[in-house]
Amino acid sequence: MDALLSSLVSIAFHGVAYGMVLYVISVGLSVTMGLMGFVNLAHGVFAMAGGYILTSSLGRFALPFPVAVGLAFLLVAIGSMALERGLYRHFYGAGELEQVLFTIGLIFMAVAIAQLVFGTLQQPVALPPWLKGQFPLLGRDFPAYRVFLIVVSGAMIAALWFGVERTLWGAMVRAAVDNRAMAQSIGINTRQLFALTFALGSGLAGLGGALGAEIIAVQPTYPFEHLIYFLTVVSVGGLGSLRGPFVAALFIGVSDTACKYWLPQFGAFFIYAATIAILLWRPTGLFGTRV
Amino acid sequence: MSETGYAASPRIRWTEWLPWLAGVAVFFLLPEYLLFGARILTYILFALSLDLIVGYAGIVTLGHSAFFGAGAYVAGILAAKVKLTDPIVLLVAATVAAGVLGVTTGAVILRTRGLTQLMLTLAIAALCLEVANKATPITGGADGLSGVTIAPIFGLFRFDLFGKTAYLLCLVTLLAGWWLVRRLIYSPFGATLTGIRENSDRMHAIGAPVYRRLLAVYTISAMIAGVAGALSTETNQFVGLNVLGFEPSGELLVMLILGGVGRLYGAFVGPVVFLIAQDALAKQFPQFWYLGIGLMLVLVVLFARGGLLGLADALAARVRRSV
Repeated sequence: MDALLSSLVSIAFHGVAYGMVLYVISVGLSVTMGLMGFVNLAHGVFAMAGGYILTSSLGRFALPFPVAVGLAFLLVAIGSMALERGLYRHFYGAGELEQVLFTIGLIFMAVAIAQLVFGTLQQPVALPPWLKGQFPLLGRDFPAYRVFLIVVSGAMIAALWFGVERTLWGAMVRAAVDNRAMAQSIGINTRQLFALTFALGSGLAGLGGALGAEIIAVQPTYPFEHLIYFLTVVSVGGLGSLRGPFVAALFIGVSDTACKYWLPQFGAFFIYAATIAILLWRPTGLFGTRV
Repeated sequence: MSETGYAASPRIRWTEWLPWLAGVAVFFLLPEYLLFGARILTYILFALSLDLIVGYAGIVTLGHSAFFGAGAYVAGILAAKVKLTDPIVLLVAATVAAGVLGVTTGAVILRTRGLTQLMLTLAIAALCLEVANKATPITGGADGLSGVTIAPIFGLFRFDLFGKTAYLLCLVTLLAGWWLVRRLIYSPFGATLTGIRENSDRMHAIGAPVYRRLLAVYTISAMIAGVAGALSTETNQFVGLNVLGFEPSGELLVMLILGGVGRLYGAFVGPVVFLIAQDALAKQFPQFWYLGIGLMLVLVVLFARGGLLGLADALAARVRRSV
């Protein structure tokens, strides 16, 4: 009985940590797609970039961990802004096929560049001593790194929700997601709003990639391998919603962990089957209102 | 725009025989490249099936390899485990299997649009990959399915080491596939598809059965992809996990875009150029190869949406104007 309980607790805990990271990575994608209707398959590239920035600033430049995480956010946000101004904005009015092809092209390039710069091997994460070891809570020991992940991601998510629900910027974003033409006509500069939101969302992806580098291995094929998870979070959760992807990310995190623990012979089978079932039941996602 | 729609004359122009002349010429002139040639022909058939749904019907899919993989695995499993080795029977079985998969998954995904549809195609392909990966006793799992032996065609033509038989089988099958796709495109059915791609609301309004037409073309496309998969099994006498998954679907899209979407012959030009370039470059410079592919994709989408054939058309138009 106690063995079952402790495995349940362990699965819930690891699953929540994984789900939080997935959410921080994917939430930007939900906003990008909801706001501009842009199918950005290359979102994982930003997460991978964050992961590489973290591992190399910890390993090669021996920077402190918090600085490395901050750098991952900042550099990815700035880089994505350049990409948005230079390339992405040419595709806002374009068809779905063009957007898909363009972003697949970006993925191919990012994978190749990552291989050229960092090689094909998985990058080691040099965690500081205070993140190694165990953290005692309620008579059980939890890995300190995952406790840290949950706390930090939780704080980020709270800040994000506050920003979207309670600030003027958030009100403008919500207005633009609901009805872009109307928001424009009352004087909201949606292009600028979108550029900022895009940078923020990509920065968050970089942050998530950096924080989760220990869980989601940083290697060149990252954007291909995890694409389906990021897209699942967004499409199951619902476009343009903040709450939906959160529920979806936790669901995927916990069920993926549980499947790997109890039924490794089925692999990711249940996740895909559940995704298909949910999308059939609610084509707009759990909390979405449109496709 | 090149006239490949209902408005164009359906008569086969003399230029349209050139690819087949080239195909026969390769058989006699380059005997040492026939296995590679068979691979190219298989991919042309595969790309043709994708062009039918992406280029003509406007369904964006990231999971077309599911049907290629289904055909490849059904042919492989029947040959290796059930000892059903007649190549023609295998082709038919793969067609049926891929068609069943196409009609069932199509019935699901074609009810949705946009991101949801994209996501469903991806998830279904991922599901197929996961099944093939984990059902090791039947599919061989990550090691691939070996022990595939194929009987001679009609009991007469053995599959030889140099790929002569395989090449001719692929060429003849491609000819049949091309004829079918061409007939479809120039038919009223094909005109409906183009209409749906351009404006599905209006097609609804004029009373076209949009969903049924899309389901029909999706199933046909799946069947053709399944045939291509079975051809690949018969040529290689082996099935690997890499026939499924996201990367082959992505690469196939790249080939089609490179050649030109919605132009029928884009599906011929793309795989030829892509696979020859890959054969020549990818082994020496794998990283630069992918960098180049990505860059090319971005450039094509930015500046040359018609692909190589679109560029050729534009060039021809310019020459004609200056003359």
